[in-house]
Amino acid sequence: MKLSRKWLNEFVAVDANDKEFAEAMTLSGSKVETTEDLGAEIKNVVVGRIRKMERHPDSDHMWVCRVDVGQNEPVQIVTGAWNIHEGDLVPVALHKAVLPGGKKIERGKLRGVLSDGMLCSLSELGLDERDFPYAAITAAALLNDYKPIDPEKPSIPAGIKPGDKVCGPVICAGVANVSSAGDGKWECTLIRTEDDSPCATTLVTDCQNLHQWDLVAYNTKTNTICTLADLHAEQREFPHCINDGIFVLHEDCQPGDDIRPVINADDHVVEFEITPNRPDCLSVIGLAREVSATFDTPLTLHEPVVKGGGAGNLAELLDVETPDPDLCPRYTARMVRGVKIGPSPKWMRERLRSMGVRPINNIVDITNYVMLEYGQPMHAFDYRYVKGGKIIVRRAREGEELTTLDGNVRKLTPNMLVIADETRAVGLAGIMGGENSEIVDDTVDVVFESANFDGTCIRKAALSLGMRTEASAKFEKGLDPLNTLPAVNRACELVELLGAGEVIDGVIDVLNHVPQPRTITMDPVRVNALLGTDIHATDMYCYLERVEILTENHDFPNGPAQVSIPSWRGDVEGIADLAEEVARFHGYNNIPVTLQRGETTQGGYSPVQQAERRLGSLCRSCGYSEIITYSFISPTCYDKIGWAPDEPLRNSLKILNPLGEDTSIMRTTTLPSMLDILARNYSYRSRDVRLYEIGRVYLPGGPDGLANEPRMLTLGAYGEGYDFFTMKGAVESVLRDLRIAGAAFRACQDDPSYHPGRCAGVYAGEKLLGVMGQIHPAVAANYGVDCELYCAELSFEALLEAQGPGAEYHPLPRFPAVSRDIAVVCGEEVTVGELEACIRKAGGRLLRDVVLFDIYRGQGVAGGSKSVAFSMTLRADDRSITAAEADGEVKDILTALEQELGATLR
Amino acid sequence: MKEQLAKIRAEALAAFEGAADAAGLDALRVKYLGKKGELTGVLKMMGKLSPEERPVMGQLANDVRAALENALEACSKKLEAAALERRLRDEALDVTIPGKPVALGHQHPMNIALDELKDIFIGMGFTVMDGPEVELAELNFDRLNAGEGHPSRDWSDTFYFDTGSRVMLRSQTSPMQVRAMDTMPLPIRIVAPGRVYRKDEVDATHSPMFHQVEGMVIDKGVTMADLKGTLNAVAEKLFGEGTVTRFRPHHFPFTEPSCEMDIQCHKCGGAGCPTCKGEGWIELLGAGMVHPRVLEMSGIDPEVYSGWAFGMGLERTALRRFRIDDLRLIFENDVRFLEQF
Repeated sequence: MKLSRKWLNEFVAVDANDKEFAEAMTLSGSKVETTEDLGAEIKNVVVGRIRKMERHPDSDHMWVCRVDVGQNEPVQIVTGAWNIHEGDLVPVALHKAVLPGGKKIERGKLRGVLSDGMLCSLSELGLDERDFPYAAITAAALLNDYKPIDPEKPSIPAGIKPGDKVCGPVICAGVANVSSAGDGKWECTLIRTEDDSPCATTLVTDCQNLHQWDLVAYNTKTNTICTLADLHAEQREFPHCINDGIFVLHEDCQPGDDIRPVINADDHVVEFEITPNRPDCLSVIGLAREVSATFDTPLTLHEPVVKGGGAGNLAELLDVETPDPDLCPRYTARMVRGVKIGPSPKWMRERLRSMGVRPINNIVDITNYVMLEYGQPMHAFDYRYVKGGKIIVRRAREGEELTTLDGNVRKLTPNMLVIADETRAVGLAGIMGGENSEIVDDTVDVVFESANFDGTCIRKAALSLGMRTEASAKFEKGLDPLNTLPAVNRACELVELLGAGEVIDGVIDVLNHVPQPRTITMDPVRVNALLGTDIHATDMYCYLERVEILTENHDFPNGPAQVSIPSWRGDVEGIADLAEEVARFHGYNNIPVTLQRGETTQGGYSPVQQAERRLGSLCRSCGYSEIITYSFISPTCYDKIGWAPDEPLRNSLKILNPLGEDTSIMRTTTLPSMLDILARNYSYRSRDVRLYEIGRVYLPGGPDGLANEPRMLTLGAYGEGYDFFTMKGAVESVLRDLRIAGAAFRACQDDPSYHPGRCAGVYAGEKLLGVMGQIHPAVAANYGVDCELYCAELSFEALLEAQGPGAEYHPLPRFPAVSRDIAVVCGEEVTVGELEACIRKAGGRLLRDVVLFDIYRGQGVAGGSKSVAFSMTLRADDRSITAAEADGEVKDILTALEQELGATLR
Repeated sequence: MKEQLAKIRAEALAAFEGAADAAGLDALRVKYLGKKGELTGVLKMMGKLSPEERPVMGQLANDVRAALENALEACSKKLEAAALERRLRDEALDVTIPGKPVALGHQHPMNIALDELKDIFIGMGFTVMDGPEVELAELNFDRLNAGEGHPSRDWSDTFYFDTGSRVMLRSQTSPMQVRAMDTMPLPIRIVAPGRVYRKDEVDATHSPMFHQVEGMVIDKGVTMADLKGTLNAVAEKLFGEGTVTRFRPHHFPFTEPSCEMDIQCHKCGGAGCPTCKGEGWIELLGAGMVHPRVLEMSGIDPEVYSGWAFGMGLERTALRRFRIDDLRLIFENDVRFLEQF
């Protein structure tokens, strides 16, 4: 919400500077986002009066002006603009001036003639014709500026002179004299030769670029001076006859005046963030109330006074029906006749523009002005298009169509409310008017609507039509129904003030819901208890009075008392709301600071959270970095990771209104997220990447229609030298850290995401914890990666369940161990795991450890076989064992290996 | 004989001094003190001496032996020291050669910030709570006083799983307040971090998924002054002692009075600069006293109990903490980014 400080000053006088104002308002709850000083950029630009104009001695189009800028001597300024005349008031950028956009003006020479600055156009001051409609420029086609497109074939002869024919009734005439005719018009005396005798005509024209000795195209039939359009000429044929030029001021100002107040660039506009509970602050008056309360300065509100007296009887002219009273709590309307559509006055245009609203015409501007001032959206429509003089506020019919003011055809549903006459809809209630009843230049009779509509209905309609407007944004938050009448009266008052029409006496006011004055209980003791303050009851009532929350109990008791709540403060409902009002004006920062009291609680992490932290820290110590990925993925991800079409885990929660297909389902696997990140890093040419994520998957079928959200520990890596066993080592570290007993890896050939020969199920005993291995090359290719990717997906919950008991000390060995190495030759099909298991089983009580140290294939080992070497540690707890004992045990082991697995000592 | 002994002594001592290394020294030891050494040779002639001369010469010979042995040991030590010195000189390294790399993993910056926060609150007696991300609209909205018609319930703002708008992706961690009130005994002191979802397109400051931390205290006699005290302490721990804060009135459906807490801009100290967009303050979190209606809906009597709650965006805190300028980096997981933390 923007607020013009100038407009604000009409209601409450505050002279705080921008910073003080922003700080005070922010701390009382109206957060200031920005403050814009409209004239901040403009420097050293003043009003000047053109005293004398002479043609530039060395140019065919420039003028040398002597300009009075309120100094002892006039300044000399050269300009190329043709729309100015002696006596004009113009904006003058003096030497060292700065214009909007930071453009700097310096003294200089133009074709050898000194220029002490520049005369400014509208756009050079950051303005346009909407701000100053009178500054629009109409240019005559000056024959002395004519440049033929084809020099061989000029349409106007080079030596043309007054009296010569141009075409049809248009002849050449010379300008003998030009003087202001007022109201932006010029009286011009033209001379020409007719029948060899001089002949003079005086006429009034809009064209501003006429000066003595100019040659114009004079239409003898219409008695007008021709513009380029009249001659069907192109701009390049008359390069200097343009509809642009210097901004000639018709303002009450003097040479030497600072230009900023003249063009309203002395205003400061404050932009507020208004919270949704305070729709009353979406208006100048609403904010003025807050400013008044914040600075504890009186608020001066104005009661609209309408003279009325327009011809006709409102009751006969207009009838309003509200068949859906719940959607239209109040409908207020007044009528204006004999309307003269035209631009609104400067002060109104300035205020609209400072608040970011484009001026259009007096009637539309009045509705916007009232909306800004009162926060009450208003609509004006042309009475002649209200068939039958009846306004019906009804639900739209299914499929009913309406072309709204923005030119779009809207298809409506019965969930939307329309303003209709007997035959058709003429507006979309609370959102936008219809094109069929728009205020146009020849509008004569106007109906002003000031209504209160159901916020939810308006919000839903605006949302489904995708047209949230200034009006709908206000309605959807719930407006004060008591505001409609003063707003419509204010509009009518402005019509009279602007002389824009005759207001008919009387008001149509359909009141379907009569708002009752509300009182609630105030209790200073409870407010202090809630805030932790010690504010005196009298002070609290003073704070409340500032926002017009009043009590009739003038003892200001410390205990409960009734207070009345103003109609615009629907958000104040209970003691907590009153506490906030008190706190706002006492100052949040004056509330003391205390530390937590009361019963102490033991804080901390749950065992699950502790395990999560521990796992994360372990992964990092193994060299894996943490990633965070989106919970939602694309359904195509399941194809990318090679899942079968009937894979049950494809059953995912679907978001019905996703941002896009890519984020439309809740993942049931973390693998695609990890692969995405690996692929991204691969494409960034990172060589060695090791990542982990502890993240949730979302499985349908949770309690109450929700999801089960188990967590997964996902590892992913690639890089030089990274292989299956690097990943396995990391997984083993995780299992070891959790003291998981009976950990085992079993070949897994049927996980479609993994290389069938390089994938293992990870088990604790018979319990599956997850899967790990090399990503299937085809899956890697789906992600645009042509190197080996390795991943592990472990169920966090299963890991936790398999977690072993806490550490317990075992005495260190007191007797030396004996180590024995063996190498056995066995068939390729025998796995190291089987060999190791066999050794452990066959080894007696002395065998303490078995470690694989070599696998050899090649010379000396038959094809189809391999040599596998283990180092074994043997030890007794109560004595030093003998070599014979150790050899005996190794012998048993070798026998078992040979019998069970056909592995023979090499 | 006496002369002989003196000669051996002088020769040997000179030879020992001149030994170049341990081996040379050992050869000299054999030459003079060995079984067939020169001193032994002289001693062998003792038998030919008179009984009177014998003890005198014996004493003399022993003195010479002792002197030689002492000298031998001293020279040996000197040589050892020299040898060690030489070895150390030979073993000298270029210490500027890089060390052998040890792979270190890095914690995601967002979780670094989260862990800091959690630790701060645990130290104040708060319990860390987890909850579902696929959540009931009833808990995310209704029970938090944001009834039908609240704009954030719109399908343009919130992700839904059913046409009845019953099940959704939680748009805030605040439903954890309700879950805490429904399941925990009073008094309650919880923080609940987690993922939340809103329908925002990805850009430098927005993401459809982000993280929040919710916090809530409910007890008898809890005041807004307690809220300020606790959150001030948190700000000091997060951003350093002496961090200046301010509280501004704000609006949330489930707290009343509500506030936002700002910290004074660390760059300009409150004067206004590009970091704080000229305001001098940076918004940190939203908070307030738990709305009496929210307490009532959870069966807690607002006449007896009161509470305060806060919610803060984690990404923004992490971005500020590490001066990261683009939210997209958080979810891009580029290792060159991750390795900086």
